[in-house]
Amino acid sequence: MEWYELFTPETTAFIYGNQNRAGQRMLDFDYLSGRKTPSVVGFITPTGGGYHTMFWGTREVRIPRYKTLEEAMAKHPEADTMVNFASERSCAETTMEALETDQIRTIAMIAEGVPQRDVRKIAALAKQKGKWIIGPATVGGLKAGSFKIGNAAGTIQNIKDTKLYRPGSVGFVSVSGGLSNEGYNIVSRNTDGIYEGIAVGGDVYPASTLLDHLLRYEANPNIKMMVSLGELGGRSEYDIIDAINEGKLTKPLVMWVTGTVAKMLPSGVQFGHAGAKSDSEDTSADAKNAALKAAGVIVPESFDDYAEKIKETYDKLVADGTISPAAEPTPPHVPMDYAAAKSQGMVRKPTAFISTICDEQGDQHTYCGIPIDKVIEKDIGLGGVIGLLWFKKEIPAYAAEFIELVLQIVADHGPAVSGAHNTIVTARAGKGLIESIISGIVTIGPRFGGAVNGAAEHFTYGVENEMDPKDFVAAMKKKNVNIQGIGHRIHSVEFPDLRVNIMADFAKKHFKSTPTLDYAMSVQDITTRKKNTLILNVDGCIGVCFVDLLISLGYSKEEIKEMVDMGFFNAFFIIGRTIGFMGHYFDQKRLKTPLYRHPWDDILYDVPDEPEKVE
Amino acid sequence: MAEKGIREYDAKRMVAGALSEFSDGKFSMTTDLVLVGPETDLDGLGTAYPWLREKKLVVKPDQLFGKRGKNNLLFIDKTLDEAVEWIRERMEKEVTIVQTTGESSGTLTHFLIEPFVPHEEEYYVAITTHRDGDTIHFSTSGGVDIEEVWDTVKEIHIPILSSIDEVDVAGQLPDELGDKRQTVADFVTALYNIVVDYHFTYIELNPFTFVGDTIVPLDTVAKLDDYASFSCHDKWGGVSFPNPFGLSKTKEEEYVADLDERTGASLKLTVLNPTGKVWNLVAGGGASVIYADTVADLGFAKELANYGEYSGNPSQELTYEYTKTVLDLMTRAKNDDGTPKYLIIGGGIANFTDVAKTFTGIIQALEEFAPKLQDTGVKIYVRRGGPNFKEGLAKMRQTGESIGIPIEVYGPETHMTKIVSMALKGGD
Repeated sequence: MEWYELFTPETTAFIYGNQNRAGQRMLDFDYLSGRKTPSVVGFITPTGGGYHTMFWGTREVRIPRYKTLEEAMAKHPEADTMVNFASERSCAETTMEALETDQIRTIAMIAEGVPQRDVRKIAALAKQKGKWIIGPATVGGLKAGSFKIGNAAGTIQNIKDTKLYRPGSVGFVSVSGGLSNEGYNIVSRNTDGIYEGIAVGGDVYPASTLLDHLLRYEANPNIKMMVSLGELGGRSEYDIIDAINEGKLTKPLVMWVTGTVAKMLPSGVQFGHAGAKSDSEDTSADAKNAALKAAGVIVPESFDDYAEKIKETYDKLVADGTISPAAEPTPPHVPMDYAAAKSQGMVRKPTAFISTICDEQGDQHTYCGIPIDKVIEKDIGLGGVIGLLWFKKEIPAYAAEFIELVLQIVADHGPAVSGAHNTIVTARAGKGLIESIISGIVTIGPRFGGAVNGAAEHFTYGVENEMDPKDFVAAMKKKNVNIQGIGHRIHSVEFPDLRVNIMADFAKKHFKSTPTLDYAMSVQDITTRKKNTLILNVDGCIGVCFVDLLISLGYSKEEIKEMVDMGFFNAFFIIGRTIGFMGHYFDQKRLKTPLYRHPWDDILYDVPDEPEKVE
Repeated sequence: MAEKGIREYDAKRMVAGALSEFSDGKFSMTTDLVLVGPETDLDGLGTAYPWLREKKLVVKPDQLFGKRGKNNLLFIDKTLDEAVEWIRERMEKEVTIVQTTGESSGTLTHFLIEPFVPHEEEYYVAITTHRDGDTIHFSTSGGVDIEEVWDTVKEIHIPILSSIDEVDVAGQLPDELGDKRQTVADFVTALYNIVVDYHFTYIELNPFTFVGDTIVPLDTVAKLDDYASFSCHDKWGGVSFPNPFGLSKTKEEEYVADLDERTGASLKLTVLNPTGKVWNLVAGGGASVIYADTVADLGFAKELANYGEYSGNPSQELTYEYTKTVLDLMTRAKNDDGTPKYLIIGGGIANFTDVAKTFTGIIQALEEFAPKLQDTGVKIYVRRGGPNFKEGLAKMRQTGESIGIPIEVYGPETHMTKIVSMALKGGD
C-alpha cells in the first residue's frame, strides 16, 4: 500500500469497545462495496470473551471479542487499523498502546474530551512512527468502496444515495464529523463522488490536520480534486496556504471556513466545537477565507454557493479531460434491518407474547397504563398496585385497604406451620433465600393455606345454586367432602377468631353487598351446632370476602369462576405469607442456626425385619 | 470546552499548593489568599483569616480580565478595614473595562485579597502550549505591558515528547540574571512541571518576584484544559470556570446551559437580538455555525436572533424543553413592520441521530405554542437528513397542517442552507 493510502478493500480492523451497532454499519458498508470479507475482525473489550453476532448481507457471522489488543493481533496479524470507541478517560491510553505496536498503522479516536496534552503526544508520536491518527472528537471517515470507520456516513440508504460504495475522484476533508456526511452529500450531488473522506474532529489540536490529509490527496493519483471545510480558530488553514505557496498542493481545492458569524457574537461565546474559537483577528473565518482565496483556493461567497463552486470545478476537470467520471456499478442489495423497516411501516409480524397489564417500552414503565411515578404520586399503595396488576382495574380505596388488611393478617402464623417449618429447615441446611422460601411456598395448597380458594369455590357453589345452607351441608357430607374454610383447632363460637371478625366487619361496612359471606355465616350456624369449633376460619373468611369484593367491583359470575379456577384467591395467601417465610429465613441466618436433624425419638421406626418377597 | 480561563485566586492556590513538591522543597509560595464573592461575610473576614489583620493587603477584582491598574481597580498597601470598605463600594456594581481587545461592561462580583509584598525585581514568565510543544517565555522586565518590551523576552521551547530535564533552561535565560540564573531556572522548571501535571494550557506570572526562597506572583493569568478534569479533579480542588467578563447570561440562556450540563447531549443558546426575525433551531455543532453564518453572509446579520444548537442525540424531553425555550423567546412580540418571523429547523445529514425521534420533541413544543406562533406570524422552514429522516419530515409536514402554521420541509436533496435564502429572499 502506498504511503498516501490509509485503506484498501482488504483492510481489516479492530473495534475497541462494545460498539456492535457501529460494527454492523461497517459490515453493511463492506457488503454494499462488494468486499469479499468483513472489515471488522474483532472487538477489543477488557470484559470480553465470546462473540458479537452480526449480519453479512442476509447471513449471520460471528465476530470475536478479545480481552486485549495483544490477543487480537496474535489472532489477526493482518489487521492494521483500530477504531477506538474507548471513553475520553481511556481513549488516550488505549490509543498509545496501539501506537506502540508494529502492527497497527491507523487509529481513529472517536471520543470527545481527551485531554489536549495526551493528544499532542499521540500526534507527535504518530508522526515520528509514520502512523495515522484520525480524531479525537470525530465520527471518523471512509474510503469509498474500501473501508468505513464506525458510524461515518450514517445509514445504508445514505451510503447508497451518496454512492460511497465505489470510489469517485474527490478527496474530502472536514473539521466537523457531524458535517462530513453533509459534505459527502454535496460532493456526490455535484461530482462523480468521494474517493476518500475524513473528519479530523473539532478539538483544538486534532491529531492529524486538514493539511496532513490534503497532502495525502495531493500525492494520490486517483484523486483529481480536493474539497475541504474548515472552521474559525486555529491556524491550520494558514498551513494549507504555506503548502500551496511552497508548491506542495497543486490540485484544485474548493474550501470554505465556517464561523463568519462569530464577529457578531459577544466574545467568549463558544461554538459547538472546542477548537471553534477565534482569539485573534487572523484566525477568524473571514480572515482565513480571504487568505485562502488570495492563495488561489476556490472559496465561495458563503456556504450557500459551496455546492456550485464544487460543481464548476468538477465540470472544468471533466471538460479538460483530467477526470473521466467513475463507472457506475450496481451495488448488491443489503437487506434492511427489521427495526428500521418496522419503524417505516414496511413490514409486520405476529407477536409471540401478549401483555395486557404493563408496558416497559417508554421512558417509564406503566402499571396498567399508569406510569410508575404517577402510581406513587396518586398514593395508589400496595393494595392499589395489586388491583392494577391482578385485577387490571384502578380499584376504590376500600378494596385496596381490604387487600392490605388481608396481607397483614396472613403475613405469618408461626414457625410450626408447614411452610415456615420447611423454610427454616432449608435455611438451616445452608441454602439461600430463594431456595428457602420456595421450599416454604411449595407446601401451600389444599391442606395448607389453600383453603382460601377452596372456600371461595364451595360457598360460591352454594350461593349460586341457591341451596339452603342445611341442604348444602348435607350435600357436602353425602359427597364426603369437608367444607373448605370451616373448622379451627382452638377457636370456637364462644372463643371467636378475632381475625375473622375484623375481616367480616370490614366487608359488612364497606362492600356493596356480602352474599357469600352471609351464606358462609349461615352454613357456620349449621356446622357449629354439631361441634362448636366448626366455625368459618381465616382462610374461609378471606375466600368468601374476596368473592364478595369481586361482586362489589362488578365482576360477573363467570369471571369469578374463572378466577377461582386459576387459583386467584390463593395468591393473596401466597404473597402475604412469603413475607413471613422471608422473616423466618432472615431470623435463622442471623441466629446462625446449624443444620437441622430431626431427633430419633420423634420418629416411629416401624420397619419390618425383612421385606415382603414378591415372586 | 477544552481551554478555559480560571480565576487568579484558583491559579495561585494551585501553584502554591504544588510548588514545594515540584521543586523538591526549594521554593514555597504563600497560601494566604482570600476570594470574596457576593455571599462573603465581609465583617467576618478578619476572624476567618486572622492574617488579614496582621498584614498590609492588595485587593483587585478576580473575573478573568487584566489591566486592572489602568482601569483603577487595584487597591494596594491597605489595611483590612480599608480593603473591606473598597470592596463594599464596588461589589455588584457595573463597570466598563478597557483592555487591549476592546471595551467590555459587566458586574463586579469577585475580588482577590492577598498580602502586599514590597519588592524590587519584577520578572515575567509565561508558559504557552502549542501542537508541537510548549514554550517558556521569560523576561527580567516584568510588571509592564509585556508587548512593549517583547525583545527582552527569551523563549525556551520544550518539544511535546521531551521532558524539561532534557532542555538547558539556565543556559537560555538572560545574562543579566547574574547569580540568580540557576534559582530562576529551578523555579521556571518547577512551574513548567506543574503546568504539565495539572494540564494548564496557559499560565502567565507578570510580574513575579523572589523574597528569599519564596516566590511571589503579583499578577497571574491561567487557563486549564477542562477535558482533563476526570484525572485532575482532586488536584484542582473545586476550581470554577467563570464566564468571560461581561458575558452575563439571560434567564433562558442560563436554563439551556443547565439542561446542557445535566446530560450527555449538547444544547447551546445565545440570544443575539431578541427582536430579530430569524431564529435558528439547528442540529449539530458544525451545522449550527453554518446556518448562523449564512444568515449573516446573505446580508441579514441584524435579523439574526440567536445562535444555538442541539446535538449528541438528546432525549425527546430535552429537545422539547429546548424548543420551548426558543419558541417562547421568539413569540414574545410581533415584528413591528408586520412581516413574518422565520424559524429555521435546520441540520445536516445525521450520522446516527434518529431524526424522527428528535423531531418528536420539537413537534410537541410546536403544538403547544401553535396559537402563539400564529399570533406572531411565524413561518417555519425545515431541512434535515439522516436515520429515519423521511418519517421525521413527514411528521413535520403533518404538524404544519394540523396546527395551521406554514411549514416548508426539505431533505438531503436540497442544499443544507437553501432554506435560509428561501426564507429571507422568498426563494430563488
